[in-house]
Amino acid sequence: MTAILYLASAVAFIVGLKRLGGPRTARSGNRIAALGMLAAIIITLATQGILNWATVAAGLIVGAVLGAWAAIRVKMTAMPQMVAAFNGFGGIASALVASTEIIDGELTGLAAATVVSILVSIVIGSVTFTGSFIAFGKLQGILPGRPIVYPGQQWVNGIIGVGLIVLAIWSGVTGTEAGYWIVGAVALVIGIISVVPIGGADMPVVISLLNSFSGLAASAAGFVIESNPLIIGGALVGAAGLILTFQMTEAMNRSLGNVLFAGFGSDDSTGGGEFSDKPVKRATPEDVAIALGYAESVMIVPGYGLAVAQAQHAVRELADQLEQAGITVHYAIHPVAGRMPGHMNVLLAEADVPYEQLLDLEQADPLFPTTDVVVIVGANDVVNPSARDDPSSPIYGMPILNVDRAGSVIVVKRSLSPGFAGIDNPLFYMENTMMFFADAKEALESSTSALRSL
Amino acid sequence: MTPLVVGITVFVLAAFVGFEVISKVPPTLHTPLMSGANAISGITIIGALAAAGLGATPLARILGFLAVVTATINVVGGFMVTDRMLEMFKSRGDRGGRSK
Repeated sequence: MTAILYLASAVAFIVGLKRLGGPRTARSGNRIAALGMLAAIIITLATQGILNWATVAAGLIVGAVLGAWAAIRVKMTAMPQMVAAFNGFGGIASALVASTEIIDGELTGLAAATVVSILVSIVIGSVTFTGSFIAFGKLQGILPGRPIVYPGQQWVNGIIGVGLIVLAIWSGVTGTEAGYWIVGAVALVIGIISVVPIGGADMPVVISLLNSFSGLAASAAGFVIESNPLIIGGALVGAAGLILTFQMTEAMNRSLGNVLFAGFGSDDSTGGGEFSDKPVKRATPEDVAIALGYAESVMIVPGYGLAVAQAQHAVRELADQLEQAGITVHYAIHPVAGRMPGHMNVLLAEADVPYEQLLDLEQADPLFPTTDVVVIVGANDVVNPSARDDPSSPIYGMPILNVDRAGSVIVVKRSLSPGFAGIDNPLFYMENTMMFFADAKEALESSTSALRSL
Repeated sequence: MTPLVVGITVFVLAAFVGFEVISKVPPTLHTPLMSGANAISGITIIGALAAAGLGATPLARILGFLAVVTATINVVGGFMVTDRMLEMFKSRGDRGGRSK
């Protein structure tokens, strides 16, 4: 009977995820999944013969208060680090569930499958925990966003990884309790050392992958305690995270291995003089207003700079002003713009931009040749034509938004500094490009008021 | 079938369901999808409740308690923040009431 009730929860998760896939049904989908979770919690409390009610109640209350507080307080611009943090908590919870089996059980008598499940759950859960919090630190600006690399790093990480596997096998075979704890500790270290060398702009991949891991850790915990809802819920999330991971790496034209291990974007040697000595056309708010005011169609390309400057409302005000003048406005959103999949969409939704106005790469790209003005707000590598034209470029082959095919381009950017990939952007020096050097929010606001007085 | 074989069967089938259900989600919804899925991975809470509620030794109860706290943060925070995000997603038709 209990199994049938749990099945209802699993069905709610599947229906919920399915509905999360459409803009009109998404909110109800999330609520259906949440109801499924509530049902699973009630079934567990009612049927498992809980003895330590005070411990359980205290845990639920503390967790609910902290979770709700974080969910209510977080700013939309900080959503990537929020999701990373929640991910990390889910991962460590699974590792803790598996580890209670070590204490309560007799380790030598366990079935091989249970031993493997315990170890897998502890390892993946722990890696997810520290990995997510390193990602959190990088996104929150507590840790430097650039990759932290040193010579021989991959060898050191590789040796620690092999050591973990050997230690896990030894602990499992001999049934040594201390070995399990050391495995957990080493896994925590591995979470740290594997995310530290990955740069900020690769976080969409990292967060997707850690999301997948938190699901796999839950599944492994499900094998430990022989619980189908855990296995099902975990497998669904594992699959979802993996799909997004590969969509992100595809959007960068890089392999998962390259994102995780190459220390991409750490090479500062390409910087220096070559960026500053070519002439660029500088724009004033009035120049921007004139260019936009006489356009018929405008495409806005947002990037991480929009999130940093919290300029989502300012960009919508500019768009409103243009639409009132009868100008068509769309937003072109590259899959890896921002710091997590869909980051820009959430920010623009917060600013009340209707989702029909948001175009993805495939929808937006054919429109550039007939677009009069493109406004780039805090994006760089995703509009770099050398990804298309220059086989020697490190980002060659990455699908880009071909903004250089539009009538004219306005780039709102704080300085001429190169983007994350550390490479120059020929777009900035083109004949029909104007550079507006300013904070994105101030630039957009001043352009909007210049447009009003036009 | 042994519990292990049943478990593996369930896992593989669920993973395929996951791939099928999620592969066609538009990019606009990727962030809420991820945070909603993330909340679902908090299903580990039912293992945490059992561990905290049945733990025989003080250490087991402490670990169980921590598992309940972290899993609840994941579940409550994850679903709430997803709801907050999805509340903002509006189509052109829903936008009329805004003062401008």
